[in-house]
Amino acid sequence: MRYFEDMRVGERADLGSHTFTADEIKAFARRYDPQRFHVDEAAAARTHFGALCASGWHTAAVFMRHFVEAEQRDAEALRAGGETPAQAGPSPGIRDLRWPRPVYAGDTISFVREVTELRAQTTRPGWGLVVGRNTGTNQDGALVLAFFGAKFVQRRDTRDGGRS
Amino acid sequence: MPKLHWEDFFAGQVVECGPLEVSAEEIKAFAAAFDPQPMHLDEAAACATMMGGLCASGWHTCAMMMRMVADGLVLDSSSMGATGCPEVKWLAPVRPGDRLRVRVEVLDTRPSKSRPEMGFVNARFDTLNAHGVRVMTLTSHLMFGRRPPASAADGPRAAAP
Repeated sequence: MRYFEDMRVGERADLGSHTFTADEIKAFARRYDPQRFHVDEAAAARTHFGALCASGWHTAAVFMRHFVEAEQRDAEALRAGGETPAQAGPSPGIRDLRWPRPVYAGDTISFVREVTELRAQTTRPGWGLVVGRNTGTNQDGALVLAFFGAKFVQRRDTRDGGRS
Repeated sequence: MPKLHWEDFFAGQVVECGPLEVSAEEIKAFAAAFDPQPMHLDEAAACATMMGGLCASGWHTCAMMMRMVADGLVLDSSSMGATGCPEVKWLAPVRPGDRLRVRVEVLDTRPSKSRPEMGFVNARFDTLNAHGVRVMTLTSHLMFGRRPPASAADGPRAAAP
């Protein structure tokens, strides 16, 4: 991934899109969230959702895969330029996670990330904290996922002494 | 009919869910599918990261928490899903071999103004490891169907002294 200093508040990245199939919705849900509206079409049709829909945790997890793949593309670009990519740090957490609408089988969700805050001073020397607004929008333009995510990102100016 | 309806929840109520054992294989499988970062994928590569060793994706911890809450609380209820989580904090790494459990505490409940058939339950979900360390805490607004009127008098709330 890129270094903390290379990021700018307001920058926006299209992370790509994903079409959720009934099979993958049910496979995730059977393992992690086996509520009737996530595992069974007929039972889901009788609920307020009206049809099979993805666990909100599944939608968030698919967002994460697109987010990490974008970071991997950034890392490749740095390597191509002869630089060592920044280390990926963990996330302390997220705020205001919302699932405003269900993700139904067959929906195509487009994921976007916008940097909203850059905190240079953190409790971890050599690392900055990046906060971004992350969203998923369906094929009709309706928001299905939104949250503010935070992540530690290695700083360029301390990359040799950031870890001891 | 499910056991739990909106009327069965009250502020201060605590429900324990779990446990669930976390394996290295499952950490890596979830990561390969959804969060392919070195700290979640490979022991040796993970040692070189800030996490100092293999640990579960935070989203995996969310998913495991959901499974424990589903088995312990939600599946035998009139659950209508959740609108979101105002806050999710990943406080400590989840490692292979950890035995997780979830402590659910109801913060408050309120009926829906626009939909009389349902109500909201605002709760905190603390996920703890076997040492009692909180690895994750989150708050969420859950939606539950109201108890059908004919059996309303059977609810614990109505039966309370």
